[in-house]
Amino acid sequence: MEDLTTGQIFAGVIVQFTPVWIGIVVIMGASAYFKQRLSLYGRLFDSPVGMVGLALVLFWALTALFADQIATMDPLEQFRVLKNKPPGTFEPESGIAALLGGDNLGRDVFSRMVWGSVTVMQIAPTATLVALMVGITMGLPAGYYGGYVDTALSFLANLVLAFPVILLFYLLVTPEIRSTVIPTAMASVVFLIPILFVIAMIYSKLYTRPDTLWYFLLPAVLIGLFMYTHLINVWNPTGVWLDANGLNIFVSVVFVTSPAVFRIVRGLTMDIKTRDYVAASQTRGEGPWYIMLWEILPNARGPLIVDACLRIGYTTILLGTLGFFGLGVSPESSDWGMTINEGRKLLRLFPHAALPPALAIMTLVLGLNLLADGLREQSLKD
Amino acid sequence: MLSFLSQRFGVMALTAVCLTFIVFTLVNLQPNLEKLAKEQNNMRMSDQAVTVWLQEEGFNRPLVTRYSEWLFGVVRGDLGQSTRFRAPVNEILWERLALTGILMFWVMVVMVPASLLVGVLAGMREGTFQDRSLSTFAIATTATPEYVSGVILTVIFASKVVGLEWFSGSATKAMEGATLYNFGLPVLTMALYGMGYIARMTRASMAEVMTAQYIRTARLKGVSFRNIVIKHALRNALIAPFTVIMLQFPWLLTGVVIVENLFNYKGFGWLLVEAASNNDIDLLLSCSIVAVIVVLATQLISDIGYVYLNPRIRVSA
Repeated sequence: MEDLTTGQIFAGVIVQFTPVWIGIVVIMGASAYFKQRLSLYGRLFDSPVGMVGLALVLFWALTALFADQIATMDPLEQFRVLKNKPPGTFEPESGIAALLGGDNLGRDVFSRMVWGSVTVMQIAPTATLVALMVGITMGLPAGYYGGYVDTALSFLANLVLAFPVILLFYLLVTPEIRSTVIPTAMASVVFLIPILFVIAMIYSKLYTRPDTLWYFLLPAVLIGLFMYTHLINVWNPTGVWLDANGLNIFVSVVFVTSPAVFRIVRGLTMDIKTRDYVAASQTRGEGPWYIMLWEILPNARGPLIVDACLRIGYTTILLGTLGFFGLGVSPESSDWGMTINEGRKLLRLFPHAALPPALAIMTLVLGLNLLADGLREQSLKD
Repeated sequence: MLSFLSQRFGVMALTAVCLTFIVFTLVNLQPNLEKLAKEQNNMRMSDQAVTVWLQEEGFNRPLVTRYSEWLFGVVRGDLGQSTRFRAPVNEILWERLALTGILMFWVMVVMVPASLLVGVLAGMREGTFQDRSLSTFAIATTATPEYVSGVILTVIFASKVVGLEWFSGSATKAMEGATLYNFGLPVLTMALYGMGYIARMTRASMAEVMTAQYIRTARLKGVSFRNIVIKHALRNALIAPFTVIMLQFPWLLTGVVIVENLFNYKGFGWLLVEAASNNDIDLLLSCSIVAVIVVLATQLISDIGYVYLNPRIRVSA
């Protein structure tokens, strides 16, 4: 069979992404239509930069969601005929074209790129969310109380920040570490904090009304425990969510990211605690955790949302770095960083294997940065 | 000032001890020691032989004892023995650091003026097309980590497929003598990633200064726009980027590791990866000391420099 021409490859890729295009049009159309009611998210549609960012992020999020439909081949299967073949080569047995060519093991580059988005989209946002909660839970008391609490917590945060990220990863994300209790021990601490955070939020709001308190607290505790046992792999009634590899990567990423969040939250808290409404609630006799979680935190949400967007991008870069050094991910996986690392060895002869995942990381992170920029611009307007 | 400095040095020393102790604990975990034993002898060593070897080499003594031994050695300037290179760490480390120093120097030479220029040009006319395009460029560079831009730049400038071949895809030859041909790509790759952040900081601070009262006064006096930017705005606008530039050093450290491995330049970053993947205890600890000193020293310099550049800030000790 003849190889596909450049135009046919281009058309083929665009056709493969059909579910994504439909999804982007539907979501962005609906959001633009209802933008009056959507507050900050709605106002994003007034900023061209923000819209471009949102479209890029949606593209990869939907790609991860529909990966099974978009990918043309199995990302792990090796076809000898496809070894280092340029884009548009046909695989004779199935008659399917490798749209972006084959890598040095004869795997389909396009399908690997598509499946790579799944790993990123599963870990990056969730790890950022957990890191955000850990950072908030530590940063609020540090900024609010000041003094020794602040000194101690800041010292810990600076300690982690003084580590070069790569060194930390080389120490924490290795097969040797996985055979010890360290990842599980770290996970059991890290995942406990979000649960405590939610409990503190509910309790500080409702402790004066014990009758309603239990309606919220009990489900929260049960759901929290259910997720907790899954995440630290103690009891998995619905299957394994994170294998040993995944847990190790996840916890290390949270560990590296949360001190930076801590610093931001601490700074914001120190600024906001001087406001009149904080003084008013202190006068009313509210407890410190109520003030922190229900007075200060909602008023710090703007910068935190912007930071979360940037942080997801940074987490994506971190995951790529891990893959690039072959840490944590299984050698077979279609992780973007890993694929770049494999492809770079033959880069000067066959650049088609390393370029797609490289461009994928770049566009996703660019999208998140533009989104953050748009959100910042719009939130500063009022 | 003196008490401020002594307090800072105290915290720095404490941080360095804590960090090296953490690294020490992690590299001395049982599985890591077993890996070291097998790497040093042979891969198919029996478990019993591993135990005997570890016993003979003194790895079974209490952790704190061994850590304090190591710490005393470091204080006297003895960084220990590298198991990977079978040579004293002192012989290897400085040579590699010098190579990385050359890389860092050229990165700074390219990155700092370029990013300040982009930032000032964008910030002096806020909201114009010039500002928007330069800002988007700055965002794009921060969104492109070294392993991505390195790959893209290599394909464009060093591959047979595109055919430009302006630069070499490997910087191994640059270790003997750096030329534009063999050193261009690593320097460019690193400079690009750091650039965006400094440029955006410069832009923000420039845009803020340009709205200040004294700029308006100068403009009303009839000073030309060029002179306002160069003589009045620039000095105040460059305080914030100064701290950011200093704080870039720790970031560059991560970049160094990626770029040196990507372009096969055997400097400090390459050494760190070698040490870490072979569990070379003394070498890895020495690398982490270097890294920690770089991070803490830049923080200190940026704090002091900030005070020095901006007399309104007084250090409260």
